[in-house]
Amino acid sequence: MKQPTTGTDEFVKGLWKENPVFIQVLGMCPVLAVSNTARNALAMGLATLFVLVMSNTVVSLLRNFIPKQVRIATYILIIATFVTVVEYVIQAISLELHKALGAFISLIVVNCLILGRAEAFASKNTLGRSILDGLGMGLGFVLALFCLGAVREVLGSGSLFGLSLFHDGFQNWVVMILPSGGFFTLAGWLLLFNWLKQRRGGEVAG
Amino acid sequence: MSDLPILGATERPSAWKMLRAMVGIGLLCGLFIVAVYQTTLPAIERNKAEALQRAIFQVLPDAKSSMTFRLDGNGRFALLIDGEAEDRLVYAGYDHERELIGLAVEARGMGYQDVITVIYGYSFAADAIVGIRVLASKETPGLGDRIETDETFLKNFEKLDVTLAEDRSAPANPIEAVKHGRKEHPWQVDGITGATISSVAIADILRDSSAFWVPRIRARLDDFRQEEAP
Repeated sequence: MKQPTTGTDEFVKGLWKENPVFIQVLGMCPVLAVSNTARNALAMGLATLFVLVMSNTVVSLLRNFIPKQVRIATYILIIATFVTVVEYVIQAISLELHKALGAFISLIVVNCLILGRAEAFASKNTLGRSILDGLGMGLGFVLALFCLGAVREVLGSGSLFGLSLFHDGFQNWVVMILPSGGFFTLAGWLLLFNWLKQRRGGEVAG
Repeated sequence: MSDLPILGATERPSAWKMLRAMVGIGLLCGLFIVAVYQTTLPAIERNKAEALQRAIFQVLPDAKSSMTFRLDGNGRFALLIDGEAEDRLVYAGYDHERELIGLAVEARGMGYQDVITVIYGYSFAADAIVGIRVLASKETPGLGDRIETDETFLKNFEKLDVTLAEDRSAPANPIEAVKHGRKEHPWQVDGITGATISSVAIADILRDSSAFWVPRIRARLDDFRQEEAP
């Protein structure tokens, strides 16, 4: 695979070409569990984005200070710190939101996307590139979560961000806000992304 | 023998370097967490107080105002004015005419993952628990957390009997959890299939809490009435 060379490439790759959810299929636990409404999905996505950017920043800054032998333990410590911070901030903003996201905020610590970017990218690249990588990957994660959350809320509750979209006659697809709805919606988006990828590949080959 | 370095071999760092990295970063992380905790604490406390107030009126739906009382060492309930005490608190609910209608009580106990904190409403007229709200829980998403959302389970707490025995020292029939669909008596809690430990935990929390509070509250009803409700 051709390595990205510019800062823009580092940023853009996470949005589409290497999207953490639709292409790399990483961090499935929160993707499936907290995407039952657009609001929850956005909140979880933004929390993950913050942790990803901050951990990439700190890991990149300290990359020459952290011996290779203790790097994983150190990265986990850094990631856990920012997750704890996010947890306090969300509690200060809204307890209802904190309750809706439940244990999944704490589980950001073990989101393989974050540790993966720290290990594979931030520990080997400059601060600027690492921040751009974190921003791109994080926004790609937010975008993917929002795609799932919006579809599930519209079909499952007939609303978007709590605002009713349909007439009273609309029958909610309750299955969409249940865990199985997460799998159905993710499958639909993966189909679409793979179809687009294949079509694009065909055009390039042609 | 050649003195050339072996390809792929890595330089072994000193123990001091490893210790310095881990302790140094750990110290900075600790300082950062404490700073954020101290900064966000006032807002978190305010949100919790507001959530508690909302929960009181949810578990005592007929209440229009509430006052906080604290159980003192002599078994009396004293009106809490400064709001500093954190334990042994009950929240009295009053109707439009400032008549005492019930009490909201906070209770906690061990669930499947962590401590579950609930608030429940005790109605004098029904002599029963008439509402429950989970304030904090880390039960398994999709399974144990159904204690908050399962409508059949929550129906248990529309009128859960806690009538006292003749000697007024404890409920005549302690609250007990039964398997889903086996509920026969008004003091039984119909459990949730797939969330057995969490639903039993709720029943246990209510059993222990009601056994402690209901006899004491019933014995000192005047403590709540003698104070002028807002």
